[in-house]
Amino acid sequence: MNRVSSVVLAASLLSALAGASVTGAVAQDATEKCYGVALAGQNDCAAGPGTTCAGTSVIDYQGNAWKAVPSGTCLTMSLDGDRKGALEALDRDLPQA
Amino acid sequence: MSIVVGQEAFAAAVLDPTLPVPAGVVSYRGDADEKRFAVYRNNVHVGLVGVVAAKYPVCATLVGEEFFTAMARLYVASHKPTSPIMMHYASDFAAFIEGFEGARPVPYLADVARLEQAWSVAYNARDEQPLSIGHLASLAAEDLGSFGLAAHPAAALVRSAYPIGSIWSAHHAAGVAVRPGAESVLVSRPGAEVNVTVIPSADAGFCGELLSGATIAAAAAHTLDQHPDFDFGRALVGLSSIGAFSSSTRKD
Repeated sequence: MNRVSSVVLAASLLSALAGASVTGAVAQDATEKCYGVALAGQNDCAAGPGTTCAGTSVIDYQGNAWKAVPSGTCLTMSLDGDRKGALEALDRDLPQA
Repeated sequence: MSIVVGQEAFAAAVLDPTLPVPAGVVSYRGDADEKRFAVYRNNVHVGLVGVVAAKYPVCATLVGEEFFTAMARLYVASHKPTSPIMMHYASDFAAFIEGFEGARPVPYLADVARLEQAWSVAYNARDEQPLSIGHLASLAAEDLGSFGLAAHPAAALVRSAYPIGSIWSAHHAAGVAVRPGAESVLVSRPGAEVNVTVIPSADAGFCGELLSGATIAAAAAHTLDQHPDFDFGRALVGLSSIGAFSSSTRKD
């Protein structure tokens, strides 16, 4: 063991954790994956098997492509043609096979 | 007439202008046509230059399109893709810039390229939950020092003698001031968005040791040698919340 004792390290970590636990929890929930809201080519990820993922959706509001949006806004945002976002992949607006 | 041309011979000739048009590749007149084959060569070359430009947009802005394209063309001429997956292409562009005489007046360019390469890796890395603050709290015991922390698949540390984090940020947001001086940057992707975070020099040394496999005790001891006022707890919590680590392992 090195000259820095684990007891000292643990104490330093605990005092830092006391100030950090709240901000950490907020940061992790800041966004949610929202399906069916991204414009073509602007998705963050998931646009079907065989693609390299981000930026690969080919049509607007593609149902199997998601975009990170601020938490709590996915289900409430309104889109062209009365579409709604969803937290799971949708069957609508899929590219022709 | 049946024409069978080996794909490898075709690919080799497309990539090397000193090779002749491969046997069997002929124009409608029935003979090998250098000029028409040159169109293929040019398409491949221009495509690869486009990949380099797409991967290093801040570098391209820093030196201007004309200079950047000339430099990228030299790179493409001597570096061919080793994988059909284009996100891996030009991963060593920073090293090329470092050896490129014409880029000497822009000494920070290579390190900005390193940052953009790290951004690209982070963007394409597999999704993984970073080590949580809750998990960190569970480690805060007498054997804390004997744990090592595995690097998150998206995390990379870029240390520079230049203010590369500020330079990069100034190209992505308004009102960023760039001041002379060294900066260390941690690139991470704890969720969907890639984060570029300038971290203190002491934290960077500590983070670098952990990412290369040191135990928490060893990394903390080395950092305290060089920075006696290093705040271990704050650094570890900060680095974890940015998404530097994925898991902990007991090393001894």
